[in-house]
Amino acid sequence: MSIDKETAARVAHLARIRVADEALPALAEEFNAILGFIEQLNEVDVDGIEPMTSVTPARLKRREDVVTDGNQQEKILANAPDAREGFFAVPKVVE
Amino acid sequence: MTNLNTLTISEARDRLKAGDITAVELTESCLSEIEGAKALNAFVHDTPEISREQAKAADARLAKGDAPAMCGIPLGIKDLFCTKGVLSQAGSAILEGFKPEYESTITQQLWDSGAVMLGKLNMDEFAMGSTNETSTYGNAINPWRRGNDTAQLTPGGSSGGSAAAVAADLCLGATGTDTGGSIRQPAAFTGITGIKPTYGRCSRWGVVAFASSLDQAGPMTKSVRDAAIMLEAMSGHDAKDSTSADLAVPNFEAALTGDIKGKKIGIPKEYRMDGMPDEIEKLWADGTAMLKDAGAEIVDITLPHTKYALPAYYVIAPAEASSNLARYDGVRYGHRATLAAGEGIDDMYEKTRAEGFGHEVQRRVMIGTYVLSAGFYDAYYNRARKVRTLIKRDFEQVFDAGVEAILTPATPSAAFGLGDMADADPVQMYLNDVFTVTVNLAGLPGISVPAGIDKQGLPLGLQLIGRPWEEGDLLNVAYALENAAGFVSKPSKWW
Repeated sequence: MSIDKETAARVAHLARIRVADEALPALAEEFNAILGFIEQLNEVDVDGIEPMTSVTPARLKRREDVVTDGNQQEKILANAPDAREGFFAVPKVVE
Repeated sequence: MTNLNTLTISEARDRLKAGDITAVELTESCLSEIEGAKALNAFVHDTPEISREQAKAADARLAKGDAPAMCGIPLGIKDLFCTKGVLSQAGSAILEGFKPEYESTITQQLWDSGAVMLGKLNMDEFAMGSTNETSTYGNAINPWRRGNDTAQLTPGGSSGGSAAAVAADLCLGATGTDTGGSIRQPAAFTGITGIKPTYGRCSRWGVVAFASSLDQAGPMTKSVRDAAIMLEAMSGHDAKDSTSADLAVPNFEAALTGDIKGKKIGIPKEYRMDGMPDEIEKLWADGTAMLKDAGAEIVDITLPHTKYALPAYYVIAPAEASSNLARYDGVRYGHRATLAAGEGIDDMYEKTRAEGFGHEVQRRVMIGTYVLSAGFYDAYYNRARKVRTLIKRDFEQVFDAGVEAILTPATPSAAFGLGDMADADPVQMYLNDVFTVTVNLAGLPGISVPAGIDKQGLPLGLQLIGRPWEEGDLLNVAYALENAAGFVSKPSKWW
């Protein structure tokens, strides 16, 4: 399985990272080196093996469904690059 | 008189309790040492006001006579930990200027136990790296050099700043985090001790996430005893991290008897790699002999899936990273790219992330995105998770057969030069973690102990791997190894 320039561009877009056109061939090459390394996993017989979901088997704790936190609007917005009138501000998303 | 900054945590604790020194004196000694060590680029955000205030409070508490072990002990904190009101950027430009409104559970526990924060420590960006070369703050420098050679060496990564700071006596101990070896490899490269506890022993709340099923924090210290003391203060259940274990935290220091008579120590044949340097081979054999002389029973063991740990890791860790790092979108915190007229929200995401993430982080996020994408999820991600089950099973079978700890080298080499790996392909760099990454995949505790010096005069470390939740036993074996190895060398001060 080899990654070409188009696939690299598609992955970059899926990851929402802008990559300049001229950087795509080198990126595709790096992907191929890493994926080539990962291909070794195909040698392993995994028939009947469950994929790991939790490394330390433990049942998630439950708690009552009540509000335990909140009323921290100012703190939540304190680090925002653009906050206005109590909201995060972003470029227009709907016309 | 010894400079107070060179004390171990246990020595300082005893002298503080005896009233022989004060936390303020101890803290001032570290602060002036940090001031003089800018060349190491270990501390990236200094917090002298906070440390002086905490030191005064610690002295008051010590005077009352009810102080816990960590009271008055000055520490460095890896930049990955969120510290209230203090820059916490995970070594990344995308978190430029981020000052959390909250404190991570681990650091809160340390402050509650009276410890003193000296500042934040350099690290690879988002803990992705093995050399501290991916940091937005620039390289941290290893205080060790090859004899009189002035070439700058890597302190390892990702906890490179923590390792350099402890090795250079800028602080008494430091927090680290370990996703594939990021505590143990830098500890080995700088001649200090570092333990990654069992997954779930320490809360991950408030620690910037890289790969959540692998990340675990731990202490980096000057001795095994110090690691035991500091780990105890960092451990425990936290309602805010559902993966933190609701188990009592033992007194780890009390486990340090040094008696390992009759303990079964496994030597895994798969860790004997082709092309392994003779010196690493010899260190491992010496360490094995030391444990045997101390009364342990040495057994050869097999961990057949070892070879597949790194490739499985380089599916699972990037997959989790691509998901965790999706939150850096320029909306809630950190950097946001400037937009041109007519550019919309997708441009904002893409430009922000291209500007804010460094090359290695971008690469791993994209690899993770790829292995999780439609059509590849089963072939890569699910297969890697199945291999992970097998890797864990290898260890379980060995422990079921009565093995109590496993001895391996910590790293495939001593510290190398900064820039030496610049032209290597990413896979070459990833091989640094070959001995450590299995432990994260299996969720086990692992500790790196300095055990020798190579021909160039650089420290080398051995790794011990323990059974889940048996950090006390593991620390005790490490203590026996530390006693036998008698490693006392320090880097000669050039900075």
